[in-house]
Amino acid sequence: MTSFDKAYFNLGYIDTLSYGDSFVHRLDPRVKLIVTIVFIVSVVSFPKYEILRLIPFFLFPVFMMTAGNIPSGFVLKRMLFVSPFVIMTGIFNPILDSKTFHLVSGLTISAGWVSFFSIMLRFLLTVSSALLLIATTSFYGVCHALNSLGLPRAFVIQMVFLYRYTFVLAGEAMRMVRGVTIRSSNRGMGMGTFVNLLGVLFLRTMKRSEAIYQAMCSRGFDGEVRLLRSLRIRLNDLAFAIISITLFIIFRWFDIPGYIGGLVIR
Amino acid sequence: MHMSDALLSPAVGGSFWAGSFGLITYCANRLKDRVDDRIVPLMGVLGAFVFSAQMINFTIPGTGSSGHISGAMLLAILLGPYAGFIVISSVLIIQCLFFGDGGLLALGCNIWNLGLYPCFVAYPLVYRPIAGTGASSRRIMIASVLGVVVGLELGAFSVVVQTVLSGRSELPFKAFVAAMLPIHLAIGLVEGLVTAGIINYVRKAMPGFLEGRSLSDMRGTMKGVVIAFAVMALLTGGVLSWFASTHPDGLEWSVERVYGERELPVDGGVITRWFRDIQEALTILPDYDIPADSGGQADTVEGYPSPDVGTSLSGVVGALMVGIVILFIGMGIRHRRLKG
Repeated sequence: MTSFDKAYFNLGYIDTLSYGDSFVHRLDPRVKLIVTIVFIVSVVSFPKYEILRLIPFFLFPVFMMTAGNIPSGFVLKRMLFVSPFVIMTGIFNPILDSKTFHLVSGLTISAGWVSFFSIMLRFLLTVSSALLLIATTSFYGVCHALNSLGLPRAFVIQMVFLYRYTFVLAGEAMRMVRGVTIRSSNRGMGMGTFVNLLGVLFLRTMKRSEAIYQAMCSRGFDGEVRLLRSLRIRLNDLAFAIISITLFIIFRWFDIPGYIGGLVIR
Repeated sequence: MHMSDALLSPAVGGSFWAGSFGLITYCANRLKDRVDDRIVPLMGVLGAFVFSAQMINFTIPGTGSSGHISGAMLLAILLGPYAGFIVISSVLIIQCLFFGDGGLLALGCNIWNLGLYPCFVAYPLVYRPIAGTGASSRRIMIASVLGVVVGLELGAFSVVVQTVLSGRSELPFKAFVAAMLPIHLAIGLVEGLVTAGIINYVRKAMPGFLEGRSLSDMRGTMKGVVIAFAVMALLTGGVLSWFASTHPDGLEWSVERVYGERELPVDGGVITRWFRDIQEALTILPDYDIPADSGGQADTVEGYPSPDVGTSLSGVVGALMVGIVILFIGMGIRHRRLKG
């Protein structure tokens, strides 16, 4: 499989996951979006040497993943794929930050490692929650949510179009890339071939855009795209929002691991 | 070079969210009064085109490694800066959601870094003046290489500024700049050549497509640039420095304003008392006491209270227990789902 096939497959896979049926899938997309944003802001608002108090926050992605029936391997693999930039930017902390923390009597740890682990925990929490949002909410649901939260309609329509035609065009691109791969043994695609391939893909794109426009016109398109709105906040949504946001506030302001540890050791 | 949530502070992330989404709204409003409604499906499919193109890897000459394009400059040239900015923003949102590039809070930064600079700085100030009417393929080549390089370098510089302002990474400003700019110079050269190649292909295959386009869109572009930078200056000057100056953390800062202390006044609160009661009733290892002041603190970290030794051990134990409980909750839910 070429790397293109893999990326295309992944896209389709998340799309399939997002149409699943579970408690999490049935929640209102607006509620899920807001709760996810509150979650991310709470996580990143901790000072840079915080590790322990980030742990309780794992409850949220773990809940979304298990209750939403999303395979954990998939989430972990995606995160591994995007981790290099964060690791490269954080890995110098242990070298550059020579201050030390006493963890337990006699055990010292460099403050740089503490802040590096803190960055990695933040990375795990924030990226997984964004991925789980889309894996448990259809993309159109997210678009509706963004629209009702005040994003301009023209932009939301752009996202809907983009998403719809990505599957069509990526399918076309995949066939072209396969054609090149089969005919070029193992050399990979040179820049010249790449440019010509994109040129041809562009021409096909333009042709398709023309056809879509005509199809839209024949269905009464007058420059205005109307979105069907069918979102409704139910009791479940309210309960989910209140419980999760309350938990985030408790986790943010109270040292839960400290209290629980204190119960055991004292 | 996607900025990541893990490296951001809420103040920096929030400011760039406001800036980027404000600019999206501005662009969407400008597009509203366009005469040609053909642009609606065209923007959609061109976004899909760039998104598909990003998934195709090609071999970078002379290195043997492979790369892919980002496509912001290509979109600005094909659609003009306003529509181009809207399209690249939508591509970045899909990347963020589906591929986990960056994160939701970092989305504002990423749209700013990868969309605003190519569309509103490099395109009107570098590409258009050099490419002129777009009649000569050599001028297009020079214009797109320079344009893409300028756009990418500004974006890379912006990543550094955002990271340093957030204060999560220890990388010093100068070293980070010295690492980021040369890498993106190389990336920019390659992307510039590819962009020029595609534009020249389009010129040959569809004569007239580029000519009428985006020229009419140029009116008021400078106004857009000026507004964008005024917003940026206000944000950085007003909000960011205010938050970032003494306290690295905006939330703590606001707590401090309200309560006069950095942390919420926990002692004496109902929850604390409640916890203390449970604690007294349930303590498992009553005699196992860690001396609170053995060795003390070698170095206190400026701005953060030095962690108490006793509390941090109980914190570690507590965090472990919380982690295990969460794991069990997850396994329990999964088990129930599999059974049900």
